[in-house]
Amino acid sequence: MKTLPIEAVELAPPDSINPLHCFQLDRRNFLKLFGGGLLVCLTGEQTLAQEAGRGFGGRQQVPADVSAWIHIDADGKVSVFTGKAEIGQNIRTSLAQQVAEELMLPFDAITMVMGDTDLVPYDAGTFGSQTTPQMGPRLRSMAAAARQALIELAAKQWSVDAATLTVAEGRVSNPANKQSLSYGQLTRGEKLVATVSSTAPLIPANAWKVAGTPVPKANGREFVTGKHKYPSDISLPGMMFGKVLRATGFNATLDSLDTAAAEKMSGVKLVRDGDFIGVVAPDAYTAEQAIAAIQAKWTVPAQPSNQNIFEYLKNNLESGSGGFGSQDARPQRAAAPAPSTAVPAAPSTDSAAIQLAQQYTVQYIAHAPLEPRAAVAQWKDGKLTVWTGTQRPFGVRDELVAAFHLTPAQVRVIQPDMGSGYGGKHTGDAAVEAARLAKAAGAPVKLVWTREEEFTWAYFRPAGLMELKGSVARDGTLIAWEHSNTLSGNAGLPTPYNVANPITQYHASRSPLRQSSYRALASTANHFARESFMDELAHAIGMDPLAFRRKNLTEPRLLAVLNAAADKFGWAAAKSTPSKGFGIACGMEKGGHVATCAEVAIDAAATTVKIMRVVQAWESGAIINPDGLRNQNMGAIVQGIGGALLEAILFGDGRILNPHFESYRVPRFTDAPQVEIVLLDRKDLPSSGAGEIGIVGIAPAVGNAIFAATGTRLRDMPMAPSTPVPGLTPSPFKF
Amino acid sequence: MSDFVLNVNGAKMRVSAPGDETLLSVLRNRLDLTGTKYGCGEGECGACTVLMDGQAVHSCQILVADAAGSKITTVEGLEQSGKLTAVQQAFLDAGAMQCGYCTSGMVMRATALLHELPSPSEAQIRSRMNGNICRCGTYPRIIEAVRQAAHSTAKGGAR
Repeated sequence: MKTLPIEAVELAPPDSINPLHCFQLDRRNFLKLFGGGLLVCLTGEQTLAQEAGRGFGGRQQVPADVSAWIHIDADGKVSVFTGKAEIGQNIRTSLAQQVAEELMLPFDAITMVMGDTDLVPYDAGTFGSQTTPQMGPRLRSMAAAARQALIELAAKQWSVDAATLTVAEGRVSNPANKQSLSYGQLTRGEKLVATVSSTAPLIPANAWKVAGTPVPKANGREFVTGKHKYPSDISLPGMMFGKVLRATGFNATLDSLDTAAAEKMSGVKLVRDGDFIGVVAPDAYTAEQAIAAIQAKWTVPAQPSNQNIFEYLKNNLESGSGGFGSQDARPQRAAAPAPSTAVPAAPSTDSAAIQLAQQYTVQYIAHAPLEPRAAVAQWKDGKLTVWTGTQRPFGVRDELVAAFHLTPAQVRVIQPDMGSGYGGKHTGDAAVEAARLAKAAGAPVKLVWTREEEFTWAYFRPAGLMELKGSVARDGTLIAWEHSNTLSGNAGLPTPYNVANPITQYHASRSPLRQSSYRALASTANHFARESFMDELAHAIGMDPLAFRRKNLTEPRLLAVLNAAADKFGWAAAKSTPSKGFGIACGMEKGGHVATCAEVAIDAAATTVKIMRVVQAWESGAIINPDGLRNQNMGAIVQGIGGALLEAILFGDGRILNPHFESYRVPRFTDAPQVEIVLLDRKDLPSSGAGEIGIVGIAPAVGNAIFAATGTRLRDMPMAPSTPVPGLTPSPFKF
Repeated sequence: MSDFVLNVNGAKMRVSAPGDETLLSVLRNRLDLTGTKYGCGEGECGACTVLMDGQAVHSCQILVADAAGSKITTVEGLEQSGKLTAVQQAFLDAGAMQCGYCTSGMVMRATALLHELPSPSEAQIRSRMNGNICRCGTYPRIIEAVRQAAHSTAKGGAR
């Protein structure tokens, strides 16, 4: 199967992708796309701030390092162009709010053009909680520069000092004589280009009027009426439907193939390219019938399973510590170049009252976005256009360029707002397949993966083995700390607690399954381990888990959310009993600070656990949209319950054994607890992303609550799966 | 291939399809009614929920031959003269979505639920909606939206 396109796709960690890729603007003559108005571009380092005015419309080249731009047309309508993708995190809304704010326009005046590689500047992709801290300020800078350029245009037209003019509601006014002109009028229908640096002053968060408010989801009405077209909803004239033959296991080799029955079907075309075998048909039903009619025999080699996965990982360590870590997770002490299987010895612990060593595990889990991978591909006039759901439109463009030996200018990827991703849609698998089928068919082809395909042939959140050692002095002071992670990654590995010479290490290993990013990366696994272990240490030394954390924590932002969550939850009065447990956990990464308190109910026989209430406090700088922030935190908690208690990919010998929602249990309505979100708004701090780190607290908070009630410590995620995970001691609890 | 006349959103629609093609596939791929979503094709996620004679069904589990003759309502058929139903409006008001891919199925399920139980308890909402998955985890907001829709309907708001 190694020659199958999806297997040929090397899953590079997103942070290794060169963000300085040049945008081939000159080839596209991009400015022809626009009518009159003002186009504002932001350059990286250079300061090219030019006076807005008639003299500078002649510039028809835009620097290659432009990362986004804003166009204000002759009617004053504002379009913002960015390569970021809307996948449910609602950046279409939050980015537009920020542009509206700086341009002093109402929210509705802004249209976001996103994820279309022919219309937007290059962007590496939407991951790592980078949209808010990076794209947000860029767009704000551009909008602020545009505002300044418009003021200067007005000043020139009126021959007055720009400093005497005011801006409101899309108009520049002269208070001295009540003259005013709209943004559109100011451009006089000409094509003006302003190339600006990021020096224009931004409106501070404490003066925000549009940013900072709970603006509802942009185009929300399209979603409740079914009008929004997701990637799998795209339809083209003459479009055919494709299906791809899947092997019966990973790394399989094809022994025999009989396609006669499929080829006899009316309108069916068989497509074969090496081991890539697919069909196209005039309708989806026939495509399904045709692929099912193909007789193929495969040999699948013996491969690891859940039963022996952690032993396998320990025996297959790889050099290098790159892995799937986040950009800001640096080892607190340089990792050994050649990882050994043994955790290094603890520092001297003479004064230690207690020493503990424990090991925690997480399983492979699936993103299971409700919209599976889908693409519609069209070859027309020497150009390939693909509509697909991806978090990396330009990455998918590059995959298509490589797969079909094209130039970037010959490929256009369009990413309609899609049915979620959670880090699971970085690759262009369906896009490449649909394009191959469309090329053979000579017609546009739609390919929608089945749920089983999505569960099997997409990629997984890696499994992980975390080994921890710690020592605590009699007064509760942490005096030694070691934390290693094998396979899943180094994100969230550094401890925020005060301890001298902590040792954290990441060990890369050979994954038997295709793996890559998942919301918060390894932060979930590492926080589960660290915050569970902190709880174990607290209990061992006889301290309240909150008091123990406070004693060893001085990071003010983390302390603030910890205290806020505990206060709202009523931690001081929360005394666990055999039927009711209370747990707490906290963490920080990528500028997000989170603390989570959970209350669980345990039935009389101590066999079932139910999460009753979760309070989560969150702080990520100045809040751009409090409603969106609450939504992300609540969603992260509910989704996190899946990995914490229920979800595990069961696999063996190259097969996924539970590739259906019936057997891969995800959180449902009856699983969702009462959720309360406390937001801390730090208007004095830059805004950070919030799509990921809200997920890291729930698993340890729940595990700690179960321990508080029952005395049973659960060190393997999922903690209460509906079917036992082979290789793990069966959990005494069902969820 | 057989010819069927489907009654969808109050309109008679002629369609040529094999009798064992699913209603979901016919709606999406032959009638271009893509508001109804494919999520699993196995009746496990609820993304494909439509109303058949007022009952919420998984359209991926209904064969087109069995749907002919029934009154089918999809999410596209709820809005009347530009006015959203109470359920649609409540989903907007409660911000009960993230990516929105589950929303049409949720709206259809909630519509059927409130038709049957005009003022459901929270437990009833949870159990009746439990066949619909939201991977973004917005269940608490969807529960709130259903409550709001029940409330506004009781007050004589939108139908």
